[in-house]
Amino acid sequence: MAYSNKVVDHYENPRNVGALDKNDAQVGTGMVGAPACGDVMKLQIKVGTDGIIQDAKFKTYGCGSAIASSSLVTEWLKGKNLDQAQAIKNSDIAEELELPPVKIHCSVLAEDAIKAAVADYRTKNSK
Amino acid sequence: MTLQLPIYLDSAATTKLDPRVLEKMMPFLTNEFGNPASRSHGFGWSAEAAVEHAREQVASAVGCDSKEIVWTSGATESINLAVKGAALFYQDKGKHLITVKTEHKATLDTMRELERIGFEVTYLTPETDGLLDLTKLAAAIRPDTILISVMYVNNEIGVVQDVAAIGNLCREKGIIFHVDAAQAVGKVKFSLADLNVDLMSFSAHKVYGPKGIGVLYVRRKPRVRLQPLIHGGGHERGFRSGTLPTHQIVGMGAAFELATQEMASELPRIKYLRDKLLAGLQQMEEVYLNGDLEHRVAHNLNVSFNYVEGESLMMAVKDIAVSSGSACTSASLEPSYVLRALGRNDELAHSSIRFSISRFNTEEEIDYTVKLLQEKVTKLRELSPLWEMYKDGIDVANFEWSSHDTQRDVILH
Repeated sequence: MAYSNKVVDHYENPRNVGALDKNDAQVGTGMVGAPACGDVMKLQIKVGTDGIIQDAKFKTYGCGSAIASSSLVTEWLKGKNLDQAQAIKNSDIAEELELPPVKIHCSVLAEDAIKAAVADYRTKNSK
Repeated sequence: MTLQLPIYLDSAATTKLDPRVLEKMMPFLTNEFGNPASRSHGFGWSAEAAVEHAREQVASAVGCDSKEIVWTSGATESINLAVKGAALFYQDKGKHLITVKTEHKATLDTMRELERIGFEVTYLTPETDGLLDLTKLAAAIRPDTILISVMYVNNEIGVVQDVAAIGNLCREKGIIFHVDAAQAVGKVKFSLADLNVDLMSFSAHKVYGPKGIGVLYVRRKPRVRLQPLIHGGGHERGFRSGTLPTHQIVGMGAAFELATQEMASELPRIKYLRDKLLAGLQQMEEVYLNGDLEHRVAHNLNVSFNYVEGESLMMAVKDIAVSSGSACTSASLEPSYVLRALGRNDELAHSSIRFSISRFNTEEEIDYTVKLLQEKVTKLRELSPLWEMYKDGIDVANFEWSSHDTQRDVILH
């Protein structure tokens, strides 16, 4: 399967790989997908007191498109507030990475990961 | 010798044409262009002589009479002709067929088609090592069973079935036995003279021959009859009409002759390379061999690298050409049905890579492959949340995963 140069770039030089302390109140963690389906994404965001995402990290088990989708969203998330983060659509990701139709689910998973991370942060900080 | 990249380690998909085979084919692509069915001039006579020589070569390589060889377009056509041809011819005796879940799609899809037109098929599950339990096969036989089809060597995991024992069982019960031997020639030593096999399918391009040519062996004593699928001209004793492709037939004959001649010297070398590859990969943790190692051809290695997804691994090792059982390599998004039939979980099926070694691979290439795999698996595991969980002592297999199915349904349906 031929991938776009952008997928190959993110796959070969993934941005923001790693983990943040999931017990930190400032950190929201989202883990979506399942090994049985061939992809699992873990996305973490660190939100400042001003409500702006300061840092984002990911780890992904999955195909090249899944890795590239999660790498891309970590770049996009930094500097956004939570509402802006939640406005990121899977179609934006698919378009940026020029994903073929069979790989669209990778971008859906990345969107779900953002929503899960934001939800986790909000749950932690609503008390 | 300098290492040439990429390295081809996918010989179970197809092999490179041996230059010695090409040399034999060339005259029939140039000056010797006659139709072997032309009886009225020298062009036809020399083409016919070449076809008959190749028929002898194939017959002698597999241990049968040359009159039992039927040329086809490849193993897929041979399997179709064997299974459909026998089922249709003998349907008055019964309409039940038996095969195995790990067969090639050429057999499975042919069986599905026969089910559509009123036949009944039993698909046996192999043991976790990929081998068929003969007591389970015997138990599946019914009074109306007319044909059993089992592959000699599995294309994904390379395991070798006990064709001799299955043949004896079939003969005793009076059931036609077809064997898909596309992956067996030059890899397993056998002779049809010693086996109770009625029909056997072969391909040239898995044995360093050209694509587009195959053979169906049809036993004469006791005689097996088939309903032909392709009509027109009555070539190949009516089993398969159509002008014979002389150059490809010559290539298949030469390739089969070479394969059996060189097997004794070639197999120990290939096995040495395969074992070295396996030992190198097993230096890493959480690497699983798929299929039995002992009852396996020397050419094949199928391993799962746990917590790494197969397609992304193939992307990482693009200097080597291999196959993966990962869903992402197919349009269906289903992981390898062969590994699933062995009881491997989806996760390990997604993480599998098939390496298949050919006569052209070198030790230097294997050393390079081991080094590359070690480097890339480590890199991808650093990227893998599953590896992180495994390292943290979390049981990944029994972890409660989110409702992934609903997400998939939205996308796929």
